[in-house]
Amino acid sequence: MDLSRRAAMLTSAAIAASVNFPEAALAQETPRRGGTMTVHFATEQRILNPSLQASTGVYIVGGKIQEPLVDLNAQGVPSPCLATAWESTPDGKTITFRLRQGVTWHDGRPFTSADVQFTAMEMWKKILNYGTALQQFLEAVETPDAHTAVFKYSQPMPLNLLLRALPDLGYISAKHVYEGTDIRQNPANTAPMGTGPFKFVQYERGQFIIAERNPNYWRENLPYLDRVVWRVITDRSAAAAQMEAGQILYSPFSSLALADLTRLGRDPRFEVTTRGNEGNARTNTLEFNQRNPILADLRVRRALAHALNIPFFIENFLGDYAKLGTGPIPSTSADFYPTGMPQYGFDRAAANRLLDEAGHRRGAGGVRFTLRLNPAPWGEDIALFTTFIQQSLQEVGVRVEVVRLDAAGFLRTVYNDHNFDLATGWHQYRNDPAVSTTVWYRSGSPRGAPWTNQFGVTDAELDTIIDSAATELDPVRRKARYADFVRRANTELMLWMPIEQIFLSAFSRRLRNHANTPRWGSSSWHDLWLAN
Amino acid sequence: MRILSLAGRRLAASLPSLVIILIGVFLLLQLAPGDAVDALIAQMGGGGDAAAMRAALGLDQSVAAQLAQYLWRLVRFDLGFSTIYGKPVATVIFERLPATLLLMTASLSFAFFFGLLFGVIAARRVNSWPDTVISTLGLLFYATPSFWFGLMAIVLFAVHLQWLPAGGYESIGDGLTGLARVLDIAMHFVLPTLTLGLIFLAIYLRIMRASMLEVLTLDFVRTARAKGLDETRVVIRHVLRNAMLPMVTLIGLQAGTMLGGSVVVESVFSLPGLGRLAYEAVVQRDLNTLLGIVFISALLVILVNFLVDLVYARLDPRIAGR
Repeated sequence: MDLSRRAAMLTSAAIAASVNFPEAALAQETPRRGGTMTVHFATEQRILNPSLQASTGVYIVGGKIQEPLVDLNAQGVPSPCLATAWESTPDGKTITFRLRQGVTWHDGRPFTSADVQFTAMEMWKKILNYGTALQQFLEAVETPDAHTAVFKYSQPMPLNLLLRALPDLGYISAKHVYEGTDIRQNPANTAPMGTGPFKFVQYERGQFIIAERNPNYWRENLPYLDRVVWRVITDRSAAAAQMEAGQILYSPFSSLALADLTRLGRDPRFEVTTRGNEGNARTNTLEFNQRNPILADLRVRRALAHALNIPFFIENFLGDYAKLGTGPIPSTSADFYPTGMPQYGFDRAAANRLLDEAGHRRGAGGVRFTLRLNPAPWGEDIALFTTFIQQSLQEVGVRVEVVRLDAAGFLRTVYNDHNFDLATGWHQYRNDPAVSTTVWYRSGSPRGAPWTNQFGVTDAELDTIIDSAATELDPVRRKARYADFVRRANTELMLWMPIEQIFLSAFSRRLRNHANTPRWGSSSWHDLWLAN
Repeated sequence: MRILSLAGRRLAASLPSLVIILIGVFLLLQLAPGDAVDALIAQMGGGGDAAAMRAALGLDQSVAAQLAQYLWRLVRFDLGFSTIYGKPVATVIFERLPATLLLMTASLSFAFFFGLLFGVIAARRVNSWPDTVISTLGLLFYATPSFWFGLMAIVLFAVHLQWLPAGGYESIGDGLTGLARVLDIAMHFVLPTLTLGLIFLAIYLRIMRASMLEVLTLDFVRTARAKGLDETRVVIRHVLRNAMLPMVTLIGLQAGTMLGGSVVVESVFSLPGLGRLAYEAVVQRDLNTLLGIVFISALLVILVNFLVDLVYARLDPRIAGR
């Protein structure tokens, strides 16, 4: 178990590092102005405007140039950014945002409520992934004056849901850049213009993106840095080498190989940590295609879940950065995480018994039946988990054939053609179950929409819970509804989310004020500075 | 003039194969599950209206209709629009062409020159220690995977010694111009050129050695020696010129191979070249870009072979005469 040793060392190195470099010591340093932040950019994007596309690949660039209405502070609480205050009417159908005054776009024009109105109605509601679902009941945005935007909903919109969604789904674009153009093809999509601390300069495909300090930024005397450069490096080993050669200072979102992260974590010049990614929790999934009559039997699904020794897998392959998952809402979600939900611990005897009960006796060679498993091609952990599933299920008499495909092939085969028995990948939790999670379980998803319920499940009770929770205004009752959701989801086991993880970042020790918010990689970096 | 008409005929003959290749690639990529919109959604991490995106990109039409449209555009020298880059394919390719041409020219020249040199030395000292050393090294270079060699070169020269940059096309944002920029780019190309060139060097070396050994036994060499020419003149004037023929042939063949081999080297050294673009295009199911690259690469290979024909005729006048 070489990997387990590596993972263990990675962990101990990270702990040692946090002892050697306590935050208090850093806080006493005087921030240094100037310098260039260089970032590992692993996959090129077609769009860099976060009002049009929600993904970490876009935020890592666009989040420095454009800003959302609401951001998350160090405690993970929604806090003012372009909006300074907000309030909701008791019926939850009118939400008013007061906008920051004295903010200008990078081209010098003033930022006003017209920009918010245009972005919300034309981008979030019509184009933005996840935004179209979030804002489906948004009817209009009224602009009584230049610094007030009033959102009108036809169904109650819980204020907390909106505020938790806006740090990701609330980026504002300039109306005067997009109005009257084909928004999807606008040149500003790859040359974004915003109100943020950095101004877009240049995008050389396959090479780099450059942004420079915005001298008129509304946070006075910020940012500290002169420039941010994203270097396009697709090869993981090459990226690790460039990090060691000092050509990049930050590699976000687990973009390096696990072995390289281990090595960098031991090197005093680098820090490898999950810190700053708490808002980017993900769970590993085991997805059952219930069109297959074998898997339509709840006893079989439960048996397969019982057959996996998840603690063993985590300990030996993932290290301390992963932990046992308990269902669709991860434990990082302080607002919604329910305890005491039905679980499926490792129990091979129970697995065998359930399979026998379901009528799948062992046949020739001890095999009960054969299933195809399609792993998603993102992340080393998925490849490892795939092998682990295959070997674990073999122990209970289930033969697994692995079908490996690339990203486009995987999405098409699993979510459009439904041509799979088991699939495994990631579910990324986006701060509120209504944004990211319930679509995995709610029936009625259009065929072909990835990461939605394409498993052949329909559960009327679950649908009712999901719908009522999404419009429930009282936070306490809302949390209780999501506990009901998890209980039902785990009981019926439509899919299983047995592992929780947080993305890993590799930082140069020269960075200061880094990883200080739960979505730091996506945030604006206005207070980031570089020590000599 | 004869050689031009020969080359012209070659050119005309290669056009049908080009069309067949394009149609073949088009159909092959149809066999892969998933399309550009699937790839796009994978990048976005979900959400979004797949049907609308498909309609916007014309992917909702039948395969035959898409192919017909593509060929019709090609007739008008329009390579179409790249779905991953949101720009015309021609623009995307011409942005990437310099890096690839530079890498190919540098590696080929490096491999050709040193392959020739070491080949001659090995042949002249056949079965003595220089031959053994050169042949062993050649075998080693040939057997080493280029990505491993590239990574080791980065670890040694960029990470530990810090002599050369670890990757990229040029220093970013230093605002270098003129000679300083040329030198900067040259520095960035040293390791990729060595990495890509060494494998080819090994092949050239073996071919040159074998070819020299063969020519050295021919009658005209004996005649030249009998005339009393000194050994250097015999080797340069008589042997080398004849032994070079297979080497020149190989250049024509390898121009195509090199485009394939450059995918790995471009990835390892983060070079914005055609090889990596082609890989991206396949993964993102960007048919237009992929076909554009195939088209441009085919033109490149045809051009190189045309030049090889010219050189060939110069080295061996009998060829133009036929």
